[in-house]
Amino acid sequence: MLRKLFAAATVAGLLGVGLLGMAPPSLAATTQAPLKDVHWSFEGPFGLYNQEQLQRGYKVYREVCSSCHSMNMVAFRNLADPGGPFWDPKYPNPNENPVAKAIAKDFQISDIDSDSGDVIKRPGTTADYFPSPFANDAAARAANGGAVPPDMSLLAAAREGGPQYIYSVVTGDGTHPPSGLTIPTGKYYDPWMPGDVTSYYKGDHPPIGGFIAMPPPLIDNRVTFDDGTKATIDQEARDVAAFLEWAADPKMEERKEMGLAVMIFLVLFSGLLYGSYRQIWRKVGH
Amino acid sequence: MSEHPSTYRPGTAFERWLDARLPIIRFGVDLMDFPTPRNLNYWYTFGGILAVCLVVQIVTGIVLAMHYDPSGVGAFRSVQVGIMRDVNYGWLIRGLHANGAAMFFLAVYIHILRGMYYGSYKAPREVLWLLGCVIYVLMMATAFMGYVLPWGQMSFWGAKVITSLFGALPLIGKPLTTLLWGGFAVDAPTLTRFFSLHYLLPFVIAAVVVLHIWALHVPGNSNPTGVNVKSASDTVPFHPYYTVKDGFAISAFLILFAIFVFYMPEAMGKVDNQVAADPLKTPAHIVPEWYLLPFYAILRAIPDKLTGVLALGGAILMLFILPWLDTSKVRSMRYRPTYRILFFVWILAALLLGWCGSQEPDGTVFPGGPGPVFLDYGVNTVTWFSRVAAAYYFAYFFPITPLMGFFEKTLPVPDSLYTPVLSHPAGVPAGAAAAPETKG
Repeated sequence: MLRKLFAAATVAGLLGVGLLGMAPPSLAATTQAPLKDVHWSFEGPFGLYNQEQLQRGYKVYREVCSSCHSMNMVAFRNLADPGGPFWDPKYPNPNENPVAKAIAKDFQISDIDSDSGDVIKRPGTTADYFPSPFANDAAARAANGGAVPPDMSLLAAAREGGPQYIYSVVTGDGTHPPSGLTIPTGKYYDPWMPGDVTSYYKGDHPPIGGFIAMPPPLIDNRVTFDDGTKATIDQEARDVAAFLEWAADPKMEERKEMGLAVMIFLVLFSGLLYGSYRQIWRKVGH
Repeated sequence: MSEHPSTYRPGTAFERWLDARLPIIRFGVDLMDFPTPRNLNYWYTFGGILAVCLVVQIVTGIVLAMHYDPSGVGAFRSVQVGIMRDVNYGWLIRGLHANGAAMFFLAVYIHILRGMYYGSYKAPREVLWLLGCVIYVLMMATAFMGYVLPWGQMSFWGAKVITSLFGALPLIGKPLTTLLWGGFAVDAPTLTRFFSLHYLLPFVIAAVVVLHIWALHVPGNSNPTGVNVKSASDTVPFHPYYTVKDGFAISAFLILFAIFVFYMPEAMGKVDNQVAADPLKTPAHIVPEWYLLPFYAILRAIPDKLTGVLALGGAILMLFILPWLDTSKVRSMRYRPTYRILFFVWILAALLLGWCGSQEPDGTVFPGGPGPVFLDYGVNTVTWFSRVAAAYYFAYFFPITPLMGFFEKTLPVPDSLYTPVLSHPAGVPAGAAAAPETKG
């Protein structure tokens, strides 16, 4: 028994020493500043979205981001789904939600006129998806110095760090780059954008981070929040990051709610099975 | 063992009629009555866990296929909008399927390691072991093709890296990759044929699983002592003794599974796969899923591409020939003190290879520089650590395993599989000594 324990301890020890001694993942020359730590309402197994924050975040998206970024996997009706920014229990069918209807109507959607076959624009309905600000990728590239602004539907899921990353990047101050760094035309320096600026830097220790084609998007009071919250850069960044997390993971609340029930069931069921096991095996040496 | 006397007595006229024509009820009863060694520990519950994993994958997969669009333009959106947002509980079904694949591999690795530790591959269970190896290879093919289906960046580029490996083979390499791709590059036709094969292979796996269980029921289960079953008192009927033990283990395993599905569904995925496949934009860091990483590390450790591909194949082949490499008379590593330590080191080497597979080949392992360069890489780089670990990986199978059979001084093996239990007073519940099953 003791020998067994000793062997197990040796193996565990070797494993521990081995893992501790190893360097963190190295990504060639790509560097990125550690993401800013933000507390979110949706952290942890019970964390939920803060609906007021989602509404503020939507406003930032609508008035700032959406002029360049598409969000083509989110439909207007989704805004009024359970857990969404404009969910209202009075309207279980999100297509009847007046806020979602009003938002949809504000957008002009490309369509084909069924009588003439002409390409027309019509006001959106809740079934439509957020239209792209550019006609196609080439147009988006031409208007943005060669970079296509990424679609925002899954942005929070498609970057390491998710909302933390979005918060860090949009609060980065690209207007004061470190001295010695030559900024290419149409680019901005952002320490939280993964990249390698070595070839643009004169000196021994190039700054960490990379270049981004997006100018710093937020300023104080860029939007006016309907709930009276003060629109600082920090507040706008938090709210839009939370909104984009919702856009990327709209079923999170449903998932966590079901998860709790499943966990309770499985723990009780396992306990029951363990009791049965002890009962059935009680007279059998093994 | 399979010829244990049937206890089934058809009770009704219909049962007698059916029993004379298709004894399917008798088959089921005999299966449940199957004499099973009484000393199987929890490591032996992973067979049952794996059966559950396969059923979960097939059932969720069939539902996902109803909502999935296997076309180059539609695949990403059908997964990310259709399944993840619009299909009722689509997020749950996909969460079960994607995380289920990882849980399946976790369970199969434990199952394989258990077989290796207790010598379950040795005579008369070689065919049982070989069928298991076939299932494992089919699982890897199925999982790889399944990972391509969401058609994200990592799906696309992973497919490109893995299918290109076949191009290294002489003569057949080029036509084979063209056949796999359905063209001259990974593209929409590749996706469609992978979808077709991804739907086919699980049923092939299920068929081989049937053979695997058949091959199990001919010699009967191995057990932690490696000692053959000698009398009926060494065994208990499968039901209820192991249905309840496996049931408890399955339920506990499902707790771990549920933690991933409900609380961190993307923990084992790659963020790049949330970006639609783009043939013009290579991700900074292409890595396969964790369960294929050790083989990926072996592949990259070798400078020559063809040799690397052969080494990757050889690493899997080693498992197939293990029954004929092991020359020891003793089955279980409980009584093989030296070989056991070498086996644990082998597990560490495999884990190290897995870690290396997740890193950049020229990354340094310990803080400091890459060190003196041999064969293109510094000795303190991931590549050299992969090389050393890969060398041990192979050395363990040959020559260590055959030599150990000749030179190892093994511990005395008990006369019966039940004896060691008696030396563990804590393991015997009060009153058990008087039970008729105890050895006389």
